[in-house]
Amino acid sequence: MSEVSTDLPGGEAPGARSRRYGSWYVAEHRLLSMRSYAQTIVATSIGSPVLYLLALGMGLAGLVDKDVDTGASGPVSYLFFVAPALLATAAVNVAGEEATYPVMQAFKWNPILFAMNATPISPRQIVNGFLISIAARMLPTCAIYYGAMLLFGATTGAASALGILTATLTGMAVAALIARYSATVEEDKGQMAVIMRFGLMPMFLFSGTFFPLEQLPVYLQWIGWISPLWHGSELGRVVSYGAVEPIWLTVVHVAFLFGVLAYGWNGFRRVTARRLGR
Amino acid sequence: MPVPVVVASALTKKYKDFTAVDGLDFEVAPGEAFGLLGPNGAGKSTTMRMVGAVSTRSGGDLEILGLDPNRHGPEIRAQLGVVPQKDNLDEELRVRDNLLVYGRYFGISRSAVAKKADELLEFAQLADRAKAKVDELSGGMKRRLTIARALINDPRILLLDEPTTGLDPQARHILWDRLFRLKEQGTTLVLTTHYMDEAEQLCDRIVVVDHGRIMAEGSPAGLIREYSSREVLEVRFGSDRNADAAAELQTNLSGLGERIEVLPDRVLIFTDNGEGALMTLTERGFTPITSLVRRSSLEDVFLRLTGRTLVE
Repeated sequence: MSEVSTDLPGGEAPGARSRRYGSWYVAEHRLLSMRSYAQTIVATSIGSPVLYLLALGMGLAGLVDKDVDTGASGPVSYLFFVAPALLATAAVNVAGEEATYPVMQAFKWNPILFAMNATPISPRQIVNGFLISIAARMLPTCAIYYGAMLLFGATTGAASALGILTATLTGMAVAALIARYSATVEEDKGQMAVIMRFGLMPMFLFSGTFFPLEQLPVYLQWIGWISPLWHGSELGRVVSYGAVEPIWLTVVHVAFLFGVLAYGWNGFRRVTARRLGR
Repeated sequence: MPVPVVVASALTKKYKDFTAVDGLDFEVAPGEAFGLLGPNGAGKSTTMRMVGAVSTRSGGDLEILGLDPNRHGPEIRAQLGVVPQKDNLDEELRVRDNLLVYGRYFGISRSAVAKKADELLEFAQLADRAKAKVDELSGGMKRRLTIARALINDPRILLLDEPTTGLDPQARHILWDRLFRLKEQGTTLVLTTHYMDEAEQLCDRIVVVDHGRIMAEGSPAGLIREYSSREVLEVRFGSDRNADAAAELQTNLSGLGERIEVLPDRVLIFTDNGEGALMTLTERGFTPITSLVRRSSLEDVFLRLTGRTLVE
């Protein structure tokens, strides 16, 4: 047994490769874990856009007989309006699945983070790896959703494919924010269910997903302004059909999403380091 | 004298007002099996976390493989194998996958880690369970898998924190056998335990720790020689009579032994001739409910040093 080399690259300091690629090793590990529920991932990735676009695009859209927004080529139909928001919502749903229980249990019920901590990799790499694995699941989910949008005629033009990236950015901002919180949970008192019911669900309903935010009374519109989903949906509409809005507002959407992502990531990293005793 | 792989001097760890490790001094030589023996809460695990370069010290000096863990944590951890007190295998993965993902954290290529994983599964006697889910394994199997995982990077030092706590006797013996083989191969073992038989089985040298301080240091046999008698006579008179009988025996130790200790359930008589002491005892009219003559152990050393038993 002792004769076998571990193939550590000659000449390198111990742990040098881990310091370079540690985040990717964590992501690799997490993606392998996702294999155990791969069927669910595939089913929801394909089933969800088909069901939502059918119900809203073919069903509800038939009742909405007025144009709800204006794009680069004039007024757009309800299906066009709602589709980019549904795409962003799909990314946020992935965030809800991957940044809640998987993060909490990695500290508690299946404490793999403590095992990783005993290796050359750092808490920052652990956090980066977790987020990379979430992005690696989110990106294809968004791509499938975008494909369904094309099939349903809910978007056109090459630029609209950028919606895959804006939706992923939205989802990752939410994922980092949730992971920041999930990492603090030391005792399960149903906090994850609360995130779903009183965090993600209201965000879904009050972020201008199904109707323009301006339809809400002004005292409820703030929910949209602080919601990553509203910023992501609006950004998606800009790239999908050229929704008309001031350029500064588009910049705000992007800056807000990156800001939330940075805030979430930094907190996730600090909490993880603290809980790992670093 | 070979260069030590671990050097601790005045090593201290404080959590606010509580001092978990209070100025430990010890060295570990390459290839040595070194044990920290002490009861729960003695500071053993805290010491192991500092040696494992995952917890910074509050004071003193510590060198692992010639490096300061506060500054060279990743370099040190790259050369350690760690078996924590509580298994932290990935229960969502299968047995072999646990080794594969873990090996990657050390920068080992996929093909090399696959080969190494198969060897280690053989070593841990888990080759036939390679595709099993981790939660299907028994406690002993999980422990062996954790040890196999700790060996994936061919560590220069293997740290084992309470390696057999919670295992049944058979599983413990299988594990000891595997650890003994590693020792024979020259792997440096640093382990904590509160089982004296484990320390005696595996360790070349031991420090006895209590309340974060070293009480004694030496080989198991040397410690027993220094702090205990050759044999111990254990007698039971009933829980309500033990103290009185011991007090009476204390008045005249002649023909019995060197000293007497009273535990809640039994009286220990430290002597070089257990059978002779038992005979003297019965001649004096004492009739214990049960009696046992055994050789002295590290448990007795600990009792002598601290006035308490290891497992309370």
